[in-house]
Amino acid sequence: MMNNLNKDKFDNIKTKKSLIIGLSLIFFGFVIYLFFGLGVEGQATFRLSRPTDPFALPNLILPAHSFIGLSALLIAFFGGRIIIKAPKNFTIFMALSFFLAIAAFLVWATAGKSFSLTGMLQATVVRAVPIALAAMAGIMCERVAVINIGIEGMLLAGAFAGALFGSIFGNLIGLILAILVGGGFGFILAALVVTFRVDQIIAGVAINIFVLGITSFLTNHLLKSNPELNDAPIFKSIHIPFLSEIPVLGSVFFKQNIFVYFCIFIVLISTYYLFKTAYGLRARAVGEHPKAAETLGISVIKTRFNHVIMGGMIAGFGGAWFTLGSVGRFDEGMTGGRGFIGLAAMIFGRWHPVGALFAALLFGFADSLQQKLAILRTPIPSEFLAMAPYLVTIIVVAGIVGNAKPPQAIGKAYVKEN
Amino acid sequence: MKFFIYLSNYFSNRETIQEIILIPVIATLLAIFLGLLLLIVSGSSTQIALTALVALFTGSFGSLSAISETLTAATPLIFAALGIAVGFRAGLFNIGAEGQIILGGMAAVAIGFSFQLPFFLHLLFLLLAGALLGACYAFISGWLKATTGAHEVITTIMLNLIAYRLLDFFLRMPAIQKEGRNDPISKSIFETAELPRILNYLDPNLRVHMGFIIAIIAVTFVYWLIFHTTIGYEFRAVGKNLDASKYGGINSSMTIIVAMSLAGLLAGLAGATQISGILGRATPGFSAGIGFDAIAVALLGRAHPIGVLFSSILFGALIAGGRAMQVSADVSLDLITVIQALIIIFIAAPILIRKLFPWVFK
Repeated sequence: MMNNLNKDKFDNIKTKKSLIIGLSLIFFGFVIYLFFGLGVEGQATFRLSRPTDPFALPNLILPAHSFIGLSALLIAFFGGRIIIKAPKNFTIFMALSFFLAIAAFLVWATAGKSFSLTGMLQATVVRAVPIALAAMAGIMCERVAVINIGIEGMLLAGAFAGALFGSIFGNLIGLILAILVGGGFGFILAALVVTFRVDQIIAGVAINIFVLGITSFLTNHLLKSNPELNDAPIFKSIHIPFLSEIPVLGSVFFKQNIFVYFCIFIVLISTYYLFKTAYGLRARAVGEHPKAAETLGISVIKTRFNHVIMGGMIAGFGGAWFTLGSVGRFDEGMTGGRGFIGLAAMIFGRWHPVGALFAALLFGFADSLQQKLAILRTPIPSEFLAMAPYLVTIIVVAGIVGNAKPPQAIGKAYVKEN
Repeated sequence: MKFFIYLSNYFSNRETIQEIILIPVIATLLAIFLGLLLLIVSGSSTQIALTALVALFTGSFGSLSAISETLTAATPLIFAALGIAVGFRAGLFNIGAEGQIILGGMAAVAIGFSFQLPFFLHLLFLLLAGALLGACYAFISGWLKATTGAHEVITTIMLNLIAYRLLDFFLRMPAIQKEGRNDPISKSIFETAELPRILNYLDPNLRVHMGFIIAIIAVTFVYWLIFHTTIGYEFRAVGKNLDASKYGGINSSMTIIVAMSLAGLLAGLAGATQISGILGRATPGFSAGIGFDAIAVALLGRAHPIGVLFSSILFGALIAGGRAMQVSADVSLDLITVIQALIIIFIAAPILIRKLFPWVFK
């Protein structure tokens, strides 16, 4: 009887939830047609390859009005389906609707013009790199239960060190020193939160403010008067033979600089490390239940120190992307909140490196969208396009966090018993 | 009389006197010392560092006009830091004061030049608009936290970044942008919407304005609210132990939303008083990092309204002194940011201070 009652109640909640989501999807489809579909004429031309490519693909040409109408209809159809069937898992439908909405938006922006889709995807991957690396740094720290809000500052420190040391010693040594500087701030964070048991969020915020202050100070005092110290050679893109000639995928994944390749490498290796090795298991144990881990002979303090430093090094590497991987010069506050977006990617990816990489690609897409759409001269003001990555972050954090579980001991200082 | 007994009891406790006075003082001095060390390490001579140190003190408390500048710089910090302190009490870490200040300032500018009203009424409208928009902006984070559990640190930072873009857009709107200007700058507000200067009768150049008086009133109000009302009790209960407060029958979601909105209201007031008392119009960088300084102020004041008042004045002094330092020793204001970050670190790590200076705490 009790069971039945609970089941009824549960079903009731489920139907109510699917009703809400279904109705909002129908409304969403309607809005998309209203905003993008009405009054759009002509065709949208998406270029997939350059004429000089060895295997050139023809352009993708879509009739704007019917494509947008169809997308809107499909989204509304998904909404209707969710209401009627109340399926267990509607994430897939929501993801599809999201994808269709983006496609409709792109077609609307491109209608009557032509736009390089490959170029945009390439920019997506490039822009995802610092976010993915920030997320990896976050995962390293949070898996041992240390919240690292200071990633933004570590990125900035890495960017600054990369520009300064890269200008003096060349880009390779600049990169190594950027990694070490990031590791140094990881050490400071670890010392503050593990040894001195400072509140983790306060320590992270302090690191952010400190790095912002010190890099701006040194930029004004050192780099402005010595411009040769702020002119680092950047890493050129490396074309991987054969693979880079695959149409679309080749230019997106195999004509990039070392930051992209290393980022993918770090994702793979950290997945293996965390989930397939004994050390990774120990690290996760420290994050979930430090007391139990300590009982088994794992040093909680050492493990936390090591991983936070490792996280800092990854963030330092990600920071170097801003200078050595793209423009070669440092500007005050140039990371623009990427560290925090990385934390959102980490949550979205549920503290798993591969998940975080895909989340980072989503943010990278939003980031490249504003850059590329400026070329198309849409009626949307550029300031609003620039908000896209931040809005996506808020939506993701708000929409996902309820279901995602961080490591159990997150945010708590560990006091060793004697 | 009762108050004095309370006060003497409060200070007779050795632990608290260390906590509330000794550690902040040591932290501040140590941070200033390290800041000057940074100056020397980065290539300035000892001479310049000493000039900077002297300028830091004379520029903040050395003369009547220096004190006026200190209080002027402290005014928006008091409002914003009070907001952050309210958040701390309710267990919320509101990094979004900067964005809330920007929104508050935008509302203030829009009210300030759009229509003519008699003096007091216009000012009142301007301040209310600023407070209201700031509160609405913070409400978003509070609401998201209460309904979805989205961490307020991330949402407020994103809202800060969005606020910068909104301001850029706002300043380029034809209705807002100053006529005949191509750079992003708003029209100036009318004189009826300006906060009057309090020391006008001594010297019209003393910039300290009515906003400081309002800030003191806000300090009293927040003190009363936090320690003498049911809402304040609920804030503190939710902040201390969310689960216990839930079992105790407190609507924790509502409390979080109210606390966050109140924080935004105060930060919005900071933006509005800054526009109405000092700037008179908005430019892209008008918030000047006040929202971030306010975090340090709230920490330094240990989320207590009185503490916030004094630490705001300290930070106001750092800013005013920093400006004097910039003029006389050509040291960039970013050094003050470094000093502020160091103060936060030392305040947040009392164990560190105790270990570094064991003889002080004998």
